[in-house]
Parts: sequence; structure tokens; C-alpha cells
Amino acid sequence: MHPVLRTVLQRLGLGIVTLLAVSVIIFSSLEMLPGGYAENVLGQSATPETVAAFKRDLGLDRPATVRYFEWIGNALQGDFGSSYSGLSGSMKRDVSATIAPRLYNTFFLAAMAALIAVPLSLLLGAMAALYRNSWFDRIVNSVTLTTIAMPEFFIAYILVYVFAVKLKLFYPNSTVSIGTPFVEHLYRAALPAITMTLVIIAHMMRMTRAAIINLLASPYIEMAQLKGVSKSDVIRQHALPNAWAPIATVIAFNLAYLVVGVVVVEVVFVYPGIGQLMVDAVSSRDMPVVQACALIFAATYILLNLLADVVSIVTNPRLLHPK
Amino acid sequence: MVTDKKRVKGEALLDIKGLKIDGFSDDVWNPIVKGIDLTLKRGEVLGLIGESGAGKSTLGLAAMGFARPGCRISGGSIMFDGMDLIAASEEQRRALWGSRIAYVAQSAAASFNPAHHIIDQTVETAVAHNIMTREKAEADARDLYKRLQLPKPDTIGDRFPHQVSGGQLQRAMTAMAMSCRPDLIIFDEPTTALDVTTQVEVLAAMRDIVEQFDTAAIYITHDLAVVAQMAHRIMVLRYGNLVEESATRAMLKAPTQEYTRSLWAVRKLQKPESISDDIALRIHNVDASYSGAVKVLDNVTVQVPRGRTVAVVGESGSGKSTLARAITGLLPPSRGEIYFNGKPLPRELKDRDKDTLRRIQMIYQSADTALNPRQKVRDIIGRPLEFYLGLKGADRDRRVVELLESIELNESYIDRLPGEMSGGQKQRISIARALAAEPEIIICDEVTSALDQIVQEEILSLLMRLQKKTNVSYLFITHDIATVRAISDEIVVMHQGKVVQQGPKSQVLSPPFPAYTELLLSSVPEMDPDWLTGLLAKRSKKAKVSA
Repeated sequence: MHPVLRTVLQRLGLGIVTLLAVSVIIFSSLEMLPGGYAENVLGQSATPETVAAFKRDLGLDRPATVRYFEWIGNALQGDFGSSYSGLSGSMKRDVSATIAPRLYNTFFLAAMAALIAVPLSLLLGAMAALYRNSWFDRIVNSVTLTTIAMPEFFIAYILVYVFAVKLKLFYPNSTVSIGTPFVEHLYRAALPAITMTLVIIAHMMRMTRAAIINLLASPYIEMAQLKGVSKSDVIRQHALPNAWAPIATVIAFNLAYLVVGVVVVEVVFVYPGIGQLMVDAVSSRDMPVVQACALIFAATYILLNLLADVVSIVTNPRLLHPK
Repeated sequence: MVTDKKRVKGEALLDIKGLKIDGFSDDVWNPIVKGIDLTLKRGEVLGLIGESGAGKSTLGLAAMGFARPGCRISGGSIMFDGMDLIAASEEQRRALWGSRIAYVAQSAAASFNPAHHIIDQTVETAVAHNIMTREKAEADARDLYKRLQLPKPDTIGDRFPHQVSGGQLQRAMTAMAMSCRPDLIIFDEPTTALDVTTQVEVLAAMRDIVEQFDTAAIYITHDLAVVAQMAHRIMVLRYGNLVEESATRAMLKAPTQEYTRSLWAVRKLQKPESISDDIALRIHNVDASYSGAVKVLDNVTVQVPRGRTVAVVGESGSGKSTLARAITGLLPPSRGEIYFNGKPLPRELKDRDKDTLRRIQMIYQSADTALNPRQKVRDIIGRPLEFYLGLKGADRDRRVVELLESIELNESYIDRLPGEMSGGQKQRISIARALAAEPEIIICDEVTSALDQIVQEEILSLLMRLQKKTNVSYLFITHDIATVRAISDEIVVMHQGKVVQQGPKSQVLSPPFPAYTELLLSSVPEMDPDWLTGLLAKRSKKAKVSA
């Protein structure tokens, strides 16, 4: 087997193990939370008997280990169980069905922000490295630093004020539903996407700049200069191909943040994503939903980091083409 | 390609007048090159020689109109074929680089981009400057690989830099420099990082191709014997000034300056050999390996007599540093025993008691990385005193000063940081640190390789004096035959993990030689401009006879 393929498979295996470990942590820490769904729904005046009966209905009277294996076994097959809310009533709510549209919305927003932020920060980072310590470099650096230093909700409100209230270019909130057409969805998600972009761009751009500047001190860069290679080709042909590993890592980190760190932005723009759903589920102690969301977040993180690892392996000729 | 009529031999190609270059350090501009004149005719090879800090690389790069970041050309003129390189715009200079003036760097491994195939980098300039089509340039590159005697010239370009050896890479870089048939090539210490046996092949290939295309060259090195093989004329530089300049043969025959003569320094140092049967350390049938698959040490048996120096010599990859790791317990041997004063040493470092550890000390090649940059000399030398001998406070300081005096530095160094000392002084501190433990054996791993000739001589004589005084044994690991000649009593020749030959110095260094020792010894450049030519003739004759 090619050593790269073997390494990738190894990483994948490790990723799955990590995910299982995370699932144990999620499950047990939620077990340890004070209060429960039963107490929450029935109120403080409920008798122990009613609470016990309620728990029996939900299957909560069984030992935690049994419930964990039932949960993770089903989850691995794509079944996250039923939401507690509505369970005791007439209509059962499937967790997967609850999460799916929200997850779609979150991924939609994340993809949109990523498509703007990643190319932009690579370009800005490379240019800042090329013209380092110039006015361009300083301006790019200070602007991106300012946007990362401001809280997301603050950026969000400024954008709303300028683009929605004053210029009336966008809606101040981004309500979408399942039936919203694609273009309309794009338009409505624009402001939150820009907010997210501004939040993550500095990190990626500065990392790109640092990675390239670090490489520019290498002897082979001096060699390329002394071969008469033009400035832009020195960056494109000689620095960038060796810079992918650190850049991929920081991109993966920020993409993961786009998925798991959107709560505030979603709340500000009333955008129906998974972050909001999770917050609601936590406050109502709707454990199946919380567990499913947490597991999805963990999987996103692990998968993106795995991707970054793979990128750094395949861009390293020493690993890709062994002696 | 430049047309032939421009290549008239004998006409001046490069003319540097009163060149001054400053370097920025410690917040001020310090002169590095202090008013140098240099002229070079077409087809001529000029050797620039000097120690580190002489300004020779800076001068070589300036011949291209290039100053490294942190350097500036502050005066003088550089005329290349009628063009003023200082006044020229960056674009104009870039148009010359690679196509009419090419550069060959010291470390080919670091100067090739790890991400691209060798051939893509070879033809890059020719294609980017529209000198040749890609197909033509690639065909030409393969031809150059063949002329430079690279193995498999048709396919070697399709490999990545890490897939070929250092010597091959250095030749590939020469092909890269040659690809546009430049008028001038700057060779900046191109063989310094190579083993002597590899160096011979690379020198021969470079000299040959420069002659074939009648290219002018500036050959920068610190090794006079090497430059003698390559250059028609030699300039000796020191502290950015010209010391001496003359034709190669004239300079070797009759150097006029004391400094030039001092560049022979180590080669003259010679310790009388003395044999002893009192064995301090005995390595017996030792095997060792890093991953298990390949034996880095293969059935190695070596004895180190008390108060004597055993030199372990071999190329990179011969296992000589691994031997040091096996003795110190950093890499436990997979087979065999190591006896210290007749008793077997525990294999693993963690199983050895403090007193055993104290008796075997090590000095490393690079004092820069072996000394903690944040510690003062007081603590660097004081630490082993405290750890092994339990000295504290004033007693400790007194002993540190004594040790400083024994390495010929004085008390004033006690509060210095490594960064405040020269390379030679730092290596002295490393020696004092090893001595502080009052060891019976010191393993010296290439301790002089990173130092200039004169400093090397000082360090080697110091080591010898200390040996006389303390009767310590040295296991001296080196790849430099001149150093071996200078200090050893006994010699161990290693090749691919095996001991090829061992014995008293006089015996190992006189014929008849085993094949590998012969190859190794004959590859050491000599101060004779005809040495390389003679050696190649002898080798090709031998090859014919055996074929």
C-alpha cells in the first residue's frame, strides 16, 4: 500500500476513535447536569411518583451505560432518536428531522462565508508577505486585526445599521425557511456571512503571511531570486507550494469555527441554524437534540482537522514520493 | 543563448572598483567589504578564499549586483560587461540573473525547492526568460546532466531533490547554473557540505563543464587546497580587505603574507604518536540500529587506551556519530558489550550511575546548539561541578575560574552569555564544561568542523595540552584527514557501519591501504594545482586496468 494512503487511513481510524471518545464525554457530562427534562417539564411541585412515571415513559429509568450504547449504536446508523419535547404527547419528533434543515442552513452560511473568506485571506496574506512592512501590509494587518478584536455581535450590529438600516441594501434579519429559494437564501444570508468573514479573515490572512515570510528566508527562495525569477513567481511557484501545510491547518480551524461557533451571529440575525437549536435544546434539557448537535460539532472538527492533515501530507513531496 | 562573437576570451567581463558593503547588526551599519577591487576576464576562474567573516560570500553575491537583506552596497562600482550593476534597475538585474550570471550555492539540499522536480528547476530560468522552449531546455538539461556525469541523466531530472544524494544535487545545481550558458558563474562554497570522496567527483565535474563552455567563474571557499584545483588566480580576503592576490601557482609556491601561510595551519600541526596497552574503553562486537531494519553499526570493535587519542574517521553515514551514541548510552547496542575500565557498561543511559556518567563526557560539533543561549558561562560550567562533584557557591565559582584559565580564557568571561563570544571561544567553553566533570574519556564529535583553520589549530592544540595535563582519553570523531593526522595516536576507519581498518596512526596512514582507506586518503585535496588532474588520471587508468 502506498505509505500516504496508509497514513490517511490511520488518521481516519484515529478520527473515529476520537469521535467515540468524544461521544462518551458528551453523554456523561450531560448525565451529570443538575436537573432533568422531567423535573423541568413537570415543575417543582411534581411528586416523585409522577417524575418516576415520566422518566419511565422516556426510558430514563434504565442505567446510563445501557442508554449510552443504545444511543451511540443508533447514532452510528444515522438515527439520533426522538426529541423529548412532544414525546409524551401525540406526535413524536425525530431528532434527525429536527436537525436536518437547521444543519443545512448552518452549512449554507458556513460555505458562503468560507467561499468569501478563504480566497480573500490567501490573497491578502500573500500580498502582505510580498509587500511586507509597506503601507499595504500595515493597512491590511490593522484592519483585519480590528475586525477580529471586535465581538461578533458588535460587527453584526454595525453591519445591520449600515447596510440594512441606513443603506437599506439587506434585511436586518435573515429568517429563512425550508421553502426559501436559493438566490433568496443567498441574499438573506449575506449579512451574517460577511460578519463571519470579518471574524475569521484576520487569523487566516496572518497565518498565510507568516508562513510565506518564514519560507522567504529559505535558501531556495534566495536561489530562485538569483535565477531571475520574478517576485510574484517567487511567491507562487516557490513559497506557496511549501506553505500549504500550516495554511491548511489554520483554514480547517476557521472552517470548523464557522460551523460550531455561529451561535451569536445566528441569534443576532435570527437565522435558523443549528447553534440556535442547540441553545434552545439545552435550556429545555432536550438531551437527544443536545447530544446530536454536540456529536455533529465534534465530527465537523475532527473531519476538518483530518482534511488539514491530509493536505499537509500530500503537499509534502518527501511523504508523497519516498526515496 | 548568447551568441559566440560576444565570447571573446581575454576581454574584461567583470570590473569591480573600490566596492564597499555594509551589514546591519546591533542597530548600526558595519562594514563587511572595505573597498575591494576585482577584475575578471572571460573564461577566467578566480578563487576567493578567506575565513568566515572575511566577506567573500558577500563579495561574490555583489558581483551579481545582489545584496542580502540586511546588507547594502555603500560605495564603489560594479561593471558587468559594460553595464553598471549598482545603477541598474531591479528589472535589469533580474534579466541578467540566471541567464548571464548564475549562482551555485553551498548547500544544494537547501537551495533546491523541495516541492518541484529537479528538471523543472533546472530549466526554469531558460523558459521564464524565453531563451529556449521548454522541450529544448529539457533536452539541453539532460545533456548537461550527462556531461556532469550524473547517473541516469535522462530520468534523474524527474526526481525530487530529496530523492538524490547531496553530491548529485550539487552537480544538478551546476547544470541549473549552466542551463542558459551564462558568461559568469559564482560558486559559493559548493563542496563544503560534501564528503571528501564526493567532493572529488563534484570538483572534477564542475571544472570540466566550466572549461567546456569557457565560462568565467568566481570560486568562493575557505579551503586553499580546493581552490588551487579550480582557479587560475586567487584572492585572499580577511575582514573585508584584500590580503594577497596572485596566480594560483605563484601563491602556493611563495605566499607573501603571513596570513596566507597561516591557512595551512592545521596541516602543519602534528602530534607524535604514542601507543599504550592500558585500555580505558573497549567496544566489543557492537551492533546498533535506529529502526531495527538497517544496522548502523555492524560488529564494531574499538579500543581506547588511557591518555591517548583515537580518531574515528569516515564519511557521513559511516556510523561514527552512532558509535558515540552507543557509548554514551543514548542508543543502546542491539548486540555486543562496551567495557569501561574492564567492567561492562550498562547499555541504557538510565541504568548508569552518576559516577559512570561523570567519567564519560561529550563535546559536540556546534557549540551554538550545545550551549544554552540563556545561561551564563558561570552556570554552563558550574552545573556539572554542582551535579557531579557537589561544589556550591564560592567553591564552585573558584573552580569555574580555574577551568576558564585551563582553556586559556580569563575570569572576565564568567558572566558572559554564549551569544557574546566567538565560535572558537564557545567551543572552548564546551571543552571546559566537559572537563568540569573530571572525566576519563571525552568523546569529541566533529568538534572543529564548524571552525576556521586557525581557530581549529588553536582548539586542537588546547585539547592536546589538556590531555597531557589530565591524562584524559579522546575518542575523536571527524571526517577531516588533516585533523586526524594532527592529533591522533590511533585511527579507526569506518565505512557503512563497519570498521574498515584500525591501528596506530603511522600504520594506518602508510601503504599498503585497504581499498576504502586508499579512496578516502587519496580524495583529500592537496596544496598542488595538479593534484586533481593527477588523481583523475590515476583513477581512470586504474579503472581501465581493472576493466
